[in-house]
Amino acid sequence: MWVYEKKLQYPVRVSKCDPRMAKYLMEQYGGADGELAAALRYLNQRYTIPDKVIGLLTDIGTEEFAHLEMIATMIYKLTKDATPEQLREVGLGDHYVAHDSALFYQNAAGVPWTAAYIQAKGDPIADLYEDIAAEEKARATYQWLIDITDDVDLQDSLKFLREREIIHSLRFREAVEILKEKRDEKIFY
Amino acid sequence: MNDQMRYYKPFISPLDPCPPIRVKSYSTPPQLFIPFQPPNLPQFTPYEALKYGTLWPALYSPYPYGHKYVRQEEGDA
Repeated sequence: MWVYEKKLQYPVRVSKCDPRMAKYLMEQYGGADGELAAALRYLNQRYTIPDKVIGLLTDIGTEEFAHLEMIATMIYKLTKDATPEQLREVGLGDHYVAHDSALFYQNAAGVPWTAAYIQAKGDPIADLYEDIAAEEKARATYQWLIDITDDVDLQDSLKFLREREIIHSLRFREAVEILKEKRDEKIFY
Repeated sequence: MNDQMRYYKPFISPLDPCPPIRVKSYSTPPQLFIPFQPPNLPQFTPYEALKYGTLWPALYSPYPYGHKYVRQEEGDA
């Protein structure tokens, strides 16, 4: 069960009319290493991971939905007032004919999200290593998104999200260390 | 918050079609160097923590950081 707080995790302000950036941001919305993939990956894996790290997957998976909301807000702000002609000019014409200005889970190239992006192997180390890799790939995506826009307000939110990927990566690395320890065995000196 | 970028000089061919990038870079953020966070690390103020996205300066990674790459006219070979 979840408790919803009706506010964003971090403020999202978009100060430049740049519908093309909405297209790029969709990589983090419905892309392979995006926030939707992250949330669904972690919240699904937690059922078959040792008890010590279930809570971590719950917490991080939940936070990923908060990030998804932030990305959605960015995309919405950038497209809600765009005319079909403007969307067409920035390469969102095919998005418009299928979805109008609705958001949809697809990547920057328009490829719809698929569960094939994520894995649950049932092996705790394999799953956590995938999670670490996913965080690093999401961090890289945020770097390139920061590089490709000159909207400083948008960059500010993206920098926050990039830092969260770093923290999540560290937490998953710590989870691996916890699982490596022989915790249940008594150690005598 | 020490240097979190690494730099390398890729091979440059005399036949490259575009002006070469002499020096390329990649990010090496703090989580790579902290296998397990030790207790009692110094903390940001709450406002700073929100701004930076972490409670601990040791885990903060600024981006962009330094130069992403150096083109021919700027860098030495």
